[in-house]
Amino acid sequence: MMHDIPLAWMLALSATVFVIGVVGVLVRRNALVIFMSIELMLNAGNLAFVAFSRALGSLDGQVFVFFVMTVAAAEVAVGLAIIVNVFRLKETIYVDEINLLKG
Amino acid sequence: MLALIPALPLAAVAVNLILGDRLGRRGTAFLACGAVFASFVLAALSVIHLASLPPGARTMVADVYTWMRVGDFKVDVAFLLDPLSSVMVLVVTGVGFLIHLYSVGYMAHDASFRRFFLYLNLFMFAMLTLVLAKNFLVMFVGWEGVGLCSYLLIGFWMDRPSAARAGMKAFVVNRIGDFGFLLGMLTLFAWTGSLDYERVFAAAPIVFHPGTLAITFATLALLLGATGKSAQIPLYTWLPDAMEGPTPVSALIHAATMVTAGVYMVARCHILFTMAPFSLETVAVIGAATALFAATIGVAQNDIKRVLAYSTVSQLGYMFFACGVGAFGAGIFHLMTHAFFKALLFLGAGSVIHALSGEQDMRKMGGLASRLPWTHGVMLVACVAIAGIPPFAGFFSKDEILSAAFASGHYGVWVAGLLGAVLTAFYMFRLYFLTFRGSSRLTHEAEHHLHESPAVMVAPLVVLAALSVVGGFVGLPFQEGGRRLTTLEGGAALERWLAPVFGEGGAAGASHAVPHLSFTTEWALIAVSVAAAAFGIAMASRAYAKAAGEPIAEKAPRLYGLLEHKYWIDELYDTIAVRPIRALGDVLWRFWDEKIVDGTVNGVAYVVEWASAVLRVFQTGFVGTYALFLTLGVAALIAHYLVR
Amino acid sequence: MMPFTMPSLIAVDWWALGAVIALSVGAMLLLVLEFVPAPPASNRGAFVTLLALLAAAGSVLEVRDARRSLFDGMFLHDGFTVFFTVLFCVIGAVAVLQSWDYVKRTRINHGEYYALLLSSTLGMVLMAASNDLITIFLGLELMSLALYVLVGFRRTRLDSSEAAMKYFLLGAFASGFLLYGIALLYGATGTTNLAKVAMFLADSPMIGNPMLIVGGLLLLVGFGFKVAAVPFHMWTPDAYEGAPTTVTGYMSAGAKAAGFAALLRVLLVAFPPLMSEWRPILSWIAALTMTVGNVTALLQTNVKRMLAYSSIAHAGYLLVAVVAGGLDGGSAALFYLAVYSFMNLGAFGVLALLGRGAEERVTIKDLAGLGFRSPMLGLAMTVFMLSLGGVPPTSGFMGKVYLFSVAVKAGLIPLVIVGVLNSVVSVFYYLRVTVAMYMQEPGAEPVEIAWAPSAAIAVVITLALTLWWGVQAQDLLTTAQRSILGLL
Repeated sequence: MMHDIPLAWMLALSATVFVIGVVGVLVRRNALVIFMSIELMLNAGNLAFVAFSRALGSLDGQVFVFFVMTVAAAEVAVGLAIIVNVFRLKETIYVDEINLLKG
Repeated sequence: MLALIPALPLAAVAVNLILGDRLGRRGTAFLACGAVFASFVLAALSVIHLASLPPGARTMVADVYTWMRVGDFKVDVAFLLDPLSSVMVLVVTGVGFLIHLYSVGYMAHDASFRRFFLYLNLFMFAMLTLVLAKNFLVMFVGWEGVGLCSYLLIGFWMDRPSAARAGMKAFVVNRIGDFGFLLGMLTLFAWTGSLDYERVFAAAPIVFHPGTLAITFATLALLLGATGKSAQIPLYTWLPDAMEGPTPVSALIHAATMVTAGVYMVARCHILFTMAPFSLETVAVIGAATALFAATIGVAQNDIKRVLAYSTVSQLGYMFFACGVGAFGAGIFHLMTHAFFKALLFLGAGSVIHALSGEQDMRKMGGLASRLPWTHGVMLVACVAIAGIPPFAGFFSKDEILSAAFASGHYGVWVAGLLGAVLTAFYMFRLYFLTFRGSSRLTHEAEHHLHESPAVMVAPLVVLAALSVVGGFVGLPFQEGGRRLTTLEGGAALERWLAPVFGEGGAAGASHAVPHLSFTTEWALIAVSVAAAAFGIAMASRAYAKAAGEPIAEKAPRLYGLLEHKYWIDELYDTIAVRPIRALGDVLWRFWDEKIVDGTVNGVAYVVEWASAVLRVFQTGFVGTYALFLTLGVAALIAHYLVR
Repeated sequence: MMPFTMPSLIAVDWWALGAVIALSVGAMLLLVLEFVPAPPASNRGAFVTLLALLAAAGSVLEVRDARRSLFDGMFLHDGFTVFFTVLFCVIGAVAVLQSWDYVKRTRINHGEYYALLLSSTLGMVLMAASNDLITIFLGLELMSLALYVLVGFRRTRLDSSEAAMKYFLLGAFASGFLLYGIALLYGATGTTNLAKVAMFLADSPMIGNPMLIVGGLLLLVGFGFKVAAVPFHMWTPDAYEGAPTTVTGYMSAGAKAAGFAALLRVLLVAFPPLMSEWRPILSWIAALTMTVGNVTALLQTNVKRMLAYSSIAHAGYLLVAVVAGGLDGGSAALFYLAVYSFMNLGAFGVLALLGRGAEERVTIKDLAGLGFRSPMLGLAMTVFMLSLGGVPPTSGFMGKVYLFSVAVKAGLIPLVIVGVLNSVVSVFYYLRVTVAMYMQEPGAEPVEIAWAPSAAIAVVITLALTLWWGVQAQDLLTTAQRSILGLL
């Protein structure tokens, strides 16, 4: 048991990961990498849940993490399919080359 | 029974839609006119019943069903017939029926005969809903409905781009007005907790203090709505353009009925307006300004329908300032007489246009008096009536308005009204001389097809002409043997009839009592206004009867002996009066109307479109941009929390 | 360890859960049925979907007056749930009727289409019925994932796939914020149950806790994305334009209603104590949303895209009701949602009928002359446009009148002025459609109208509801009020 790690540190880690995710979404061009950044954001959320769960002594947070992981897996399945389909039609997954719909 | 009055035209619409072309032209005409006539009969019967009630209890209510109810807030679909709405409903159904009848002849050769009557009946339904409504919400339904029908009918000949544009303009301007109406309605609701006339008007004196911001705001918002519908400054430019519609439509919607809805609404809310002196003053100023202003522009028009359109705007101005000086009854009186003679003018103009196979430019008319005897006769009656020559209808109502303005101390408004009266007489008789007198300036082809209109068109004209002659008599003081001709003495038939609505002060309104004029002053005012009209007519005859080279030019000076002199007086006259007026009208029209007012409307549209284009630029189609804006949104939310 | 006990469900509970069960069983059945070969013109999927939707709606209606809290307070069966479940099922059913022929014509008639439709309906029902942030999140994700796929269902078309990709990436991005918000709220309050959050806030000095506020704000971002509120709206036009038209109609009605259902429940159940925090923020968002939606819609030439912007604007009006809050605001929101859903579905339903085969003819020009070529369709579209613009006597008018009068009563005068001004502006672009239909000649190649009986039924249903609620609003209003009562 790691009683010595305070909640604040874990939250700081989670927030850092979250921000990295957000920045990743904003600066990367590759749809896959953007998607990976989003996964980072979700995992930052998971981290926060686990941390809170431990600090609060309640199991709800841990359970939530399982749900989120399931959702994330489903998202991967759907997301990859969509991105692959775009690649088939357009032969690129750079999001700054895809703007047929605009205005 | 009340609910049937608007329901019948609606039923005709439904039948028209369902049976479609199986009806045939005859069937369509019969259905459309029959429904409106039945409405008229029902309305007349209802009003007779209303008259049999004691004056204090003259209201009939028809609750159809509950539209929505939330706690103690309840809106019914309900109709109300009281003296005020009775005048309106009779005018609308009566004049409406005549115009329907006329349209059968006028539109006989139009391919979209059925569609025309469909819209016309739909309009009747909406208009009757508007005037018979028992609460603001039902009124608003009619309000929007007439706007929609007006839009449809202006753009009726949709293959003309100008018609489509005019329809769009009418729509834009009316939406601004509707915005005001809605805002006013919601404000009233917020304070009084109801939309029912009776409850709002009962609660208003309790919840509002006279002259406070709330009531002023509410009434000004309503006024904005009224100016949009009734084509007052600054929202009047759509009406002249609306003349793109078929002429019967101009007569019905853009002269006799729909455009008076604003006046009706102000009169209906007279309790609220009298509680907000600033708003009332605004009504008076707007009305007087419009009356004078539009009359000036009317002088410079060559299209016969546009003259009438500006004339309508101007006459509506009179109704407005009547309301503004507290003489609501006089406003409604003028509304009624105006409906008769202006419908007549439009239908007569329609008859001329019909006879000339669509020509509307007065410069290409002239000398039609002998060729179109019936049309000429009724048009002359109408011109005299609108000019305000006794004993025709327009004289009584206009004089009553001017006296009320004078009596209430609005001298500026009174002078504007008087000048407007001179101009009115001038442009109407200019129209008359250019069209019917002088030598014929018709094109050869038009000459060839020239014919008097069929009986189905002439008959309504004659009825309206008769009404334009006698319609003013309801303003006469029948009481006391008709000896005292003081129109503000509360003795006039119409005023007594309207008294339960506007309060015992008669036309003056209960809380806005206008001091009574002395006998002499009253007569002096009448003399002045008659003189003004005569002056205007004389000017027109000088300027146009002679120019056209008609014998009338020599007779006219003798008729109006004032100006009988040598030729140079005519010239001088032309230089100092006629030309400046025409030039002024021209400038106002070309500069103010087309540049400033239209420019503002277009400018607003331009700014909105520009904003739209700018916003579209942000919509780049790139995921990155979208994500960035989303993130900025998040950042803004959090920053908002942090800096608070 | 707690002793493991089976949750004890009584008969009422089974009825209450009937919707969820029927929808999941239907969705799974459709997937399994895919293994049984069927001709390409088969109506099997549509039938099964309709049955599932009817069963779901019937089941909750059977126990509509009951109030049950199930699964440890995660799932609530109350008037609110019933209202939205029925609404989603009817929206779904209308969408099925519209899709019936459309999917065959555009050659996307796969069993998955209907399975996904049912799944996303299930997600919506869960969002409305959940009383716990965990289940709200699950419902939202279920709905969204199904919609991502549906948006991209015309796989061979780049616009559809592009729309799906954008919707997906941004949706997942917004979910990330939502999830983090939930995590922070959990950390601040120690629970994810809305009722418990409310109890915690009621007697807590922690109201000013930044974690709580930021968590709440991130939650707002998540829901704001789903309802397309500015500035989280930018995906909407692209996704709506690219998606198959029937899907656009379905998601514009269903997903928006679901987003508002969740938002209403969260704000009205859990966060009344923080009212002073979220009210000004939402007011600003509402004003921005109305304005940006309407103004951007003005210059659009593609009607689908125009309606997308219009749906953003309508989210703005709805947010005004949410800001007003309480019984009045809540019932106004419910009323408006129902009204909006059907007029919008109707408009998209008409659009879905235009074009031959897989081609899409939805620009203003394509609509030229439609009013004469197909009077019924023209009339229906006109009514939908008028209703969207709030012109009487349509349901859209009643919705706006009620909504704005409620807002006035709540003292939101500036917001009402913005709203009324916006609704005035909006009529322009709605009317452009009508003008095109009645006042312009069709182009060289007039658009073909793909009539089908099922689509006609859908048009009639939506048209009837739009007119009926305009003429007789009382029933729906009473229902909306009864439904919101349970939350307060």
